[in-house]
Amino acid sequence: MSNTNYVPTSKIGKWFNDRLPLLTLSAHLQEYPTPKNLNYWWTFGGILTFCLITQIITGVILAMHYVAHADLAFESVEHIMRNVNYGWLIRYVHANGASMFFLAVYIHIFRALYYGSYKSPREVIWIIGMIIYFLMMMTAFMGYVLPWGQMSFWGATVITNLFSAIPFFGESITNWLWGGFAVDNPTLTRFFSLHYLLPFLILGLVILHIWALHVPGNNNPIGIDVKKPSKDTVPFHPYIVIKDLFALLIFLIIFAFFVFYSPNILGHADNYIEANPLVTPAHIVPEWYLLPFYAILRSIPDKLFGVIAMFASIFVLVILPWLDTSKVKSAIFRPLYKQFYWFLIIDVIVLGYMGAMPAEGVYLLIARVATAYYFMHFLVILPYLGIKEKTLPIPLSITEPVLGGSSNPSRVKNKTELHNL
Amino acid sequence: MKKIFKLLLIFVTFLSFYNQNAFSEDNKQLLKQDWTFKGFFGKFDRASLQRGYQVYSEVCSSCHSMQYLSYRNLAETGGPEFSKEQAKAIASQFEVKDGPNEDGEMFTRTAKLSDRFVSPYANEKEAQASNGGAYPPDMSVLVKARKGGADYIYSVLLGYEDPPKDIQLDDGVYYNAYMYGKKIKMANPLSEGLVQYKDGTEASVEQMAKDVTTFLSWAAEPHLESRHKIGFRSIIYLIIITFLVYFVMKKIWSRVETEV
Amino acid sequence: MSEEKKVKRRDFIFTASYVLGGVGVGAAVWPLIDQMNPDASVKALASTEVDVSSVQPGQSITVLWRGKPVFIKRRTQDEIAEAKSVDLKDLKHPEKDEDRAKNPEWLVMLGICTHLGCVPLGNKGEYNGWFCPCHGSHYDTSGRIRKGPAPTNLEIPKYEFVNNNTIKIG
Repeated sequence: MSNTNYVPTSKIGKWFNDRLPLLTLSAHLQEYPTPKNLNYWWTFGGILTFCLITQIITGVILAMHYVAHADLAFESVEHIMRNVNYGWLIRYVHANGASMFFLAVYIHIFRALYYGSYKSPREVIWIIGMIIYFLMMMTAFMGYVLPWGQMSFWGATVITNLFSAIPFFGESITNWLWGGFAVDNPTLTRFFSLHYLLPFLILGLVILHIWALHVPGNNNPIGIDVKKPSKDTVPFHPYIVIKDLFALLIFLIIFAFFVFYSPNILGHADNYIEANPLVTPAHIVPEWYLLPFYAILRSIPDKLFGVIAMFASIFVLVILPWLDTSKVKSAIFRPLYKQFYWFLIIDVIVLGYMGAMPAEGVYLLIARVATAYYFMHFLVILPYLGIKEKTLPIPLSITEPVLGGSSNPSRVKNKTELHNL
Repeated sequence: MKKIFKLLLIFVTFLSFYNQNAFSEDNKQLLKQDWTFKGFFGKFDRASLQRGYQVYSEVCSSCHSMQYLSYRNLAETGGPEFSKEQAKAIASQFEVKDGPNEDGEMFTRTAKLSDRFVSPYANEKEAQASNGGAYPPDMSVLVKARKGGADYIYSVLLGYEDPPKDIQLDDGVYYNAYMYGKKIKMANPLSEGLVQYKDGTEASVEQMAKDVTTFLSWAAEPHLESRHKIGFRSIIYLIIITFLVYFVMKKIWSRVETEV
Repeated sequence: MSEEKKVKRRDFIFTASYVLGGVGVGAAVWPLIDQMNPDASVKALASTEVDVSSVQPGQSITVLWRGKPVFIKRRTQDEIAEAKSVDLKDLKHPEKDEDRAKNPEWLVMLGICTHLGCVPLGNKGEYNGWFCPCHGSHYDTSGRIRKGPAPTNLEIPKYEFVNNNTIKIG
């Protein structure tokens, strides 16, 4: 953390700050030295904070009108859409907001993967981030159950049935989760309660995430540690604030386009049919942001191992700082890793696509290959690359791109080139 | 900047691809209509909505409920916009169960504007029993509850054909080229001149299908017009302020020599 | 461009952004506030019709209108006479009985104490009208405040006689 020796000018300010140093905190947040070569991929932290707050505000409002009861939930959502003043707007913002939230979080995660932001000394930031991501998935899943449409009901049935794969205790665990012998009213009310709770837990973790970030400071596209504050840094306010705001506004334009012109394109038509325990929809598909995991789950022919593989696919991310053995952070200086990085992105997109397709024939085969590659990337390729890869020389600082250990002038990247990376 | 837009483009293409694929399982392309309510400024065609209500009330409503709509909706802006008197007159054709009164008995009374649309059957089981086991779905959100939306409903209404020779149909099951699985338990509901339009429009099957689909689209999304209006304004606003903030950002960052 | 002009232009962009940003935030916040206002289905229930054919003189019924109790009292001749005989000077909130009950036999008013919103009890209190148990406000046979902390008379809602047996409130 930067040493802020902030002294409030006013007497009251000083009195208060001596007792609770909020003003010092505020001064720290404003002065916080940030590498000045951060590119737009670094604006997604701010965007995600905005998403979380938007989801909490719209969610609290929806809870004022929503009724968590199996007989009334669907009707109360229609009530929100038809009768409540601007209810349609608030619900569409909340529903599409979830998708936008995940879009932003995926960009945020893949930015960290590209620039090696998970590496020492930022492992704790990364692990907290992964916990946030996991909680986000749980929250989103339970939120999707609340409208009590066909996809809500059957999605809940399928996902809670994952736990029945656990040997010996499977059945008692699922019954415990459901509060009955199938997904029903008790399940709905507890999901509502948890869906309301978890975002506040996420908020707390976000504060820790930022706190943990402010100890070592930001990583940056070059991936070298910068001296703080120095010629390499700018104060967070106003430089980063205004840049984040600009990026947020662009993000909002896309968000608005979804909300106002295709609010249901990311949802599933079947969820406008009220839940019916007697009829399963032809195709059960989770929301797009969960599709890669769904594909991994289905690609394993064994029930228990499918579930284990799905959770393992998140767990390998948690231990990633120790799987990637390379000391060099940024992919800019890792020519081989850069290529594997793009393979991984393609692999995840393929997995997502296969998750939306029926699990049969060629789709299943591709999903299996993609699943195998996913684990191979983290468990085989990354540890091996760190040892074998010949990395490019790294500049000593952002402003003075002097390359360590290389006297070859053709390898020296000029300043503008570095900033455009 | 350029990179951002490039990525956006990739994302949007991917999305549209993802979505198209969801539709492509159906081998028959849906009949496309040039709906007035699509697009940035899309609005419903009032006359078509009013005719659509007539088709619904004279044809569909004998089997299909619309339980999330109220009679007052018929007079609200952005909908068919019947006058309040017309809407009251429509409501007064229906009887609703109310009560209990002071003697603890339920009674029937004439429907008011605040009442929900009266359902043709008391409950789902009765609806199934009267329709050979098939439940005629509630039409309140039907357009949103089907892939393809308005185009799908329109196509199904016009999709009754003679079945190909290799398809055997049971009693009470009909062939429909656009229905999932090609089999439908609803007999072809529309025939030439089935309703007498009050505004003198010729009641061809296509016209009735178009009108009733328009009506159902409104019923599923009654605030569509204000959504389009607010949406257009919001996006224009966001574009303007984005430009402003861009210049502010340039100004601020000009204090350090780094490019933003 | 001179230095001075540059500064002016910068100032303009900053001010314009602040103003426009403020307008945008305000516009975005309004739906979040307005959603708590009575919704379309609640507003549609603005009026109720009440059948009063079975109410005998001296009897009172309480009906629910917009979620609030409405007292419909069929007054006896004695009660009407008592209400009319009161000198306006004795009243905290002077109103003639004729203005409160268009048809003197029927008194229709909101059953909500104007003090803090409790429901007063009928045929109680020192003035034979209503008495609020919460903080001891006494109302007379015309529902006017006579004693206690309540500031005004019991409120008369908008109502009309649809026919001899039916009152439409709202």
